[in-house]
Amino acid sequence: MWEYDEQMKLKVGLAEMLKGGVIMDVTNAEQAKIAEDAGACAVMALERVPADIRKEGGVARMASTKIIKEIMDAVSIPVMAKARIGHFAEAQVLEAIGADYIDESEVLTPADEEHHIHKWPFKAPFVCGARNLGEALRRIGEGAAMIRTKGEAGSGNIVEAVRHLRAITGEIRRLTTLREEEWMARAKELQAPYDLVQWVAENGKLPVPNFSAGGIATPADASLVMQLGAEACFVGSGIFKSSDPAKRAKAIVRATTHYNDPKIVAECSEELGEAMKGIDVAKLKPEELLQMRGW
Amino acid sequence: MAPPNAHPFGILAVQGDFEMHARMLSRIGAPWKLVKRAADFDGIAGLIMPGGESTTMLKFFAEEGLGQPVKDFVGRGQPVFGTCAGAILLATEATNPPQESLGLLDITIERNAYGRQVDSSVRRGECPELSDHPIQMVFIRAPIIRRVGEGVRVLGRADGLPVLVQKGNVIASTFHPELTDDETIHRYFLLQR
Repeated sequence: MWEYDEQMKLKVGLAEMLKGGVIMDVTNAEQAKIAEDAGACAVMALERVPADIRKEGGVARMASTKIIKEIMDAVSIPVMAKARIGHFAEAQVLEAIGADYIDESEVLTPADEEHHIHKWPFKAPFVCGARNLGEALRRIGEGAAMIRTKGEAGSGNIVEAVRHLRAITGEIRRLTTLREEEWMARAKELQAPYDLVQWVAENGKLPVPNFSAGGIATPADASLVMQLGAEACFVGSGIFKSSDPAKRAKAIVRATTHYNDPKIVAECSEELGEAMKGIDVAKLKPEELLQMRGW
Repeated sequence: MAPPNAHPFGILAVQGDFEMHARMLSRIGAPWKLVKRAADFDGIAGLIMPGGESTTMLKFFAEEGLGQPVKDFVGRGQPVFGTCAGAILLATEATNPPQESLGLLDITIERNAYGRQVDSSVRRGECPELSDHPIQMVFIRAPIIRRVGEGVRVLGRADGLPVLVQKGNVIASTFHPELTDDETIHRYFLLQR
């Protein structure tokens, strides 16, 4: 039976502290300050927001350590940073400079197409993206302390985040209806570690918090993913690619807390200016889908 | 345990680990409800202010008028328990960097005083008035209580530092009892009503 050690308790503990909050993508100290003032519970440092990575192309890497340190000095909330999938040396650097959470992220160009980072030996906790329950459990098996739906980063389109959230929560519900002797066959189908399949079948949830990411652009988007079972929101391009980032950031924070109160979500949705333009995910070529990176 | 019509304990749920406190109260058999708006204070027997980000919670206090109901609640002598960020919000003075707080407990508290997440730790501490045994204490980006005001009792220490304090109906801890299976601190809080 899968269980936490003390290190894992600390890693999952920080994820618990972020629940009900909004984690915002920022590329410099000035944006980080805007995010903190708007009520973000953490910021995610990266070189370019996903919408720009998508537009500009090229290899997307870990952000400059100088800028990450400037962000850490500018705000008192936790600072997360992205490392490329499989790039354990980038993760080691992020841990060395004191990043509070490491996102092994499909938004950056993968460094290893076969292997994700072995996350257990790190003191810094990891968050990883997932599109379905099997992928989530494989990442937890490697030591991830938080899962986020991948969605389709930089699209401004919530459809993929919804698909992934429904896939994960639906598969969890189905797992709880199985008889014990059926768990191993299900583990085989999910390509997931048996002890984690057993844990989920017995507890009806993931053993680590499950947040949502990849396409949240409006207060109503935040409310939607929270009602579908997300425990907090990551907002990437949705804030700093909109016409009034400070106002939109604040509105999404408020809507995330009051996600089940449509009157408040309605108030949050007023006079926000233009949302990011967004793209139709169905029109993207398979090789343009960031969610296909990692397995 | 609790009669079915007992008043529930409120758990502040604008952001943070409110679910872990709810899990602990359910374990003990105490009724609870989540508190997000001023109206949610009606009829609660006590209030828990969870861990999370104090800067985020402060926005809700200032902009949604949640600070005043907490002050009024304490003013009426009702029990309040703040963990980590909750303790920071209850203090008379919060530093590193200096920020607003509710000023309901006479302590000076330094935010993120152990360092960043890589400096978070599980320790064993002593709460002699509450338990004969050492208590497992989880510190996550935790604050340190740098000054304890007059009349504030130190109920718990870890590594010589005060980590659990009380004055009257207000209790604060810099660690997270809700993240362990040890019910001692929550049971003590429930007795305050």
